Amino acid sequence: MTVTEPQQLAYIAGQAAEARLRFELETEGMTLNIGPQHPATHGTLRIIVRLDGEQVVWADPSCGYMHRGYEKLAEVRKYQQVTTLVNRIDWLSSFCNEVPFILAAEQLYEVEAPPRAQWIRTLLFEMGRIANITLFLGEMGVQLGAITPVFYAFRDREHVLNLIEAATGGRFHPNYDRVGGLKDDLPKGWVEETKAVMDKVREFCDQMEDLLLGNEIFERRMRGIGVIPARVGLGYGLSGANIRASGVDWDIRRDEPSVLAWKDCDWKVWTHTDGDSFARYWVRLQETREAAKLVDQLCDGLPSGPIMAKMPARLRVPKGEAWVHTENPLGEMGYYVVSDGGPSGPFRCKIRSASFNNISILPWILRGVYVPDVITILSSLYFILGDIDR
Amino acid sequence: MSALLAPALAALAVLPPVAAVDVTTYGWVTALKVAIVLGVIPAGALILGYVFLLKMMSHMQSRLGPMEAGPHGVLQLVADGVKFLQKEDIFPSRADRRVFAAAPLVVLMSTFLLYVVIPAGPRAVVEDLDTGIFFALAVSSISVIGVLMAGWASANKYALIGALRAAGQLIAYELPMVLAVVGVVIQAGTMSLSGIVVAQANYEVSVFGLFEIPKVPYVFPQIVGFLLFMIAAQAELSQAPFDMPVAESELVAGYMTEYSGFRFLFFFMGEFGSAFALAAIAATLFLGGWYVPGMSMDAVASDIIGPLVLGGKIMLVAFFIFWVRFTYPRLREDQLQSMAWKVLIPISLVNIAVTGVAKVVF
Amino acid sequence: MSDAPTDDQTEDAAPPPPDPEREELVAALRRDLGDWLIEHVNANGDLWVRVDRKAWLKAGEVLREKHGFDYFCFLSGIDWLNNAELVQRYEQVWDPDAEAAGDGAADEGPYVGGRVAGGDTRFQVFARVYNVQRKLGITLKADLDDANPSVDSWVTVYRGADWHEREAWEMYGFEFAGHPGLRHIYLPVEFEGFPLRKDFALLARVVKPWPGLVDKEPVPGEDEEEGAEEAAPA
Repeated sequence: MTVTEPQQLAYIAGQAAEARLRFELETEGMTLNIGPQHPATHGTLRIIVRLDGEQVVWADPSCGYMHRGYEKLAEVRKYQQVTTLVNRIDWLSSFCNEVPFILAAEQLYEVEAPPRAQWIRTLLFEMGRIANITLFLGEMGVQLGAITPVFYAFRDREHVLNLIEAATGGRFHPNYDRVGGLKDDLPKGWVEETKAVMDKVREFCDQMEDLLLGNEIFERRMRGIGVIPARVGLGYGLSGANIRASGVDWDIRRDEPSVLAWKDCDWKVWTHTDGDSFARYWVRLQETREAAKLVDQLCDGLPSGPIMAKMPARLRVPKGEAWVHTENPLGEMGYYVVSDGGPSGPFRCKIRSASFNNISILPWILRGVYVPDVITILSSLYFILGDIDR
Repeated sequence: MSALLAPALAALAVLPPVAAVDVTTYGWVTALKVAIVLGVIPAGALILGYVFLLKMMSHMQSRLGPMEAGPHGVLQLVADGVKFLQKEDIFPSRADRRVFAAAPLVVLMSTFLLYVVIPAGPRAVVEDLDTGIFFALAVSSISVIGVLMAGWASANKYALIGALRAAGQLIAYELPMVLAVVGVVIQAGTMSLSGIVVAQANYEVSVFGLFEIPKVPYVFPQIVGFLLFMIAAQAELSQAPFDMPVAESELVAGYMTEYSGFRFLFFFMGEFGSAFALAAIAATLFLGGWYVPGMSMDAVASDIIGPLVLGGKIMLVAFFIFWVRFTYPRLREDQLQSMAWKVLIPISLVNIAVTGVAKVVF
Repeated sequence: MSDAPTDDQTEDAAPPPPDPEREELVAALRRDLGDWLIEHVNANGDLWVRVDRKAWLKAGEVLREKHGFDYFCFLSGIDWLNNAELVQRYEQVWDPDAEAAGDGAADEGPYVGGRVAGGDTRFQVFARVYNVQRKLGITLKADLDDANPSVDSWVTVYRGADWHEREAWEMYGFEFAGHPGLRHIYLPVEFEGFPLRKDFALLARVVKPWPGLVDKEPVPGEDEEEGAEEAAPA
């Protein structure tokens, strides 16, 4: 079922008009807090909704329950210390948060990491993507009521986490990237293990496709729910699978020049035309398969060599500003790092996190939507609280 | 159930003060039957809960489930029960106390009343009512009141939403259930559950007049009715894909949100007790109840084997109920209602028409 | 991969030729905005454009409607105030040798020098938008008044700017004229002050200087010298 943009807009206009009509009729509505403690919000997000029966009249997300002030904290740390902080923004794919920051720092330092380090970074980046999105594939079922797929997700993602732990020492917070390269080289036999695990990941994706995508109830709950037209999504800054599900062919790995190894591999960007929750789920499923394919190629083509560039001692970072962004599992994550030439770390570190923009669309999209569909839309937009609140 | 009857009677007979009383009087027998039923309900709930909820679900989700309490976790639910019983009895500050306290009792009472008519043997039934199945369906509707009471008295918006959803859903799915049963009643010619078991034992299907298959349970001619009944039972039990009232990811626990301690235990027992009872009714109506070919209709042995047979059939039916529960996502409230009114009821009406015509013609 | 050109660097080789596509874009913007486009930096495969704050909204409209920059990346602010004393208090490792090398920021005066499209004032608002069809991005900057940092809101042009402007107001105190409701997004309602400003002291650092004195107790059986205190930088 393909939905054209006029149909999408008509659907949304109809819902909004209905909601407005009920509001104007002055029926007694109910104001409900979804969160901050709630099973459906992945963390402490509070959405204040005004309901008329089971329909939402308006919704107002209130974030900040997990705000840790990373931008200020980064200003009082050295570049090497910021990686520990930044791991904890999107904690399901921690390594992916380090990479753009380290790349920005390397731009400022005017240092380039050796090829082996760039390839290993890409490898771990894609594994972080798999670890993150497999969880999404499972827990989307839980939000809809199918409690079984999430256990398969946890079971299969354990393998990926074990690999990340073997390489970096940390399952969740690797803290592995250094300015100029990496902390350590990969352990012996890691590459072969990774390829075996990728087979399991592909099997898992097939399982999810059978279990959820083929399920009629899943389709009825997801198709046509939470349609985001492309122009609206771009205006809000939706990124990642959210915008690709609305038909926009934009993937930073392919479209922006980068020192990492994506350009050396053969892979595809997946888009979908519908822009509804089903499309977002579908795109993420295909992306996981693509990530497994990428990991295989990266494992095969891993160059040998040093993993750390020669950095002079007593390094002074020249003044300047650098902006680096990458296609993180949640969307586009970028760091705008300003250096003032001083001895300490960044002068200003603006963190552009994907979920902040992804959630800003909620007041617009939740009007006229039923309460169960609120949960579906929230889950399909897929955010991590640490990413919203930094 | 009957297995306990004989030694219990013997024990009562030897106690001196009681020996003077005639224990075969209606009063004593009924009291004994009620006591047995009161024991069966938690036992049945425990067995269902353990086998299906704890172990089958866990194994299907590639995990082990509880393993600590007792060998392979068999005592886990007992431990849970004790835990619930020793908890503090909490009332939300703005809750309506009396209604809040009464709600789980209403739900549990409707579950208990269901067991009155379920036959587990030719004589092992608490009361063989002539309107057996009608009575059972009627009392199972009382739980709707209990759910509404729970949701309203909790003074909690989530509970209220859950209760309203439950009311709509439970009422909507009563109809397909009743209409599915009507097909069986037409075929059996009686509403009494014991009568339906006997009818299935005597039911013969003639295949094109060539030969006859004896003792066919109604699941075969009434396959449509069986499926309708199973779907409606799934909805009556608020199990996925119809668990909107207790949608965990949205409403935390729906109408049960504010309940803790032994009141929550009552709801839990009500849920699993109803599952046991509805599975028993499905087994009786469609699978032949306590009868398998080879059993006699009168012997005392049937009173002992009958419950075991019925137990086996209950497990089979419950297997499907729980298997569907943790595989499917849940339907949204309006999709659920439209399925009941626009799909299930028309099919069940057609089923009744076809059954009626077939009964008269063949 | 060279950095954006700064005041202090000597250029050994000729800089790479500027990207023609971006130059063309800058020329088009210059036609649209005239004098209000103050400077631009086209380097490193990226484009920075600084406009006058009166042209902030017009620049956004022009970029979106005429040049197809419909993807809103982010909007935030920079506080260019350089307070050496603050840095010293925070970092306890002020290196006098490095400062003597002439690279120190302290002798730049009140504002940090060498900024890319850097501002003449303390506060600067900056935003980034993309044209996903042409795969181009542009960073727009505008200097704001020190005493009264305010600028037009971009909400009518980019809907996503709503939340970003709320955050910028909350963190820096920028007033966005025309925003439907500037209220706190991360911080509680009663919060006083603007945290990301340089003169807002990070309380954790004020209370306990970093990295703090490390107490080391002697391991039983080892020498007493092991128990010396050290104030080691992390």
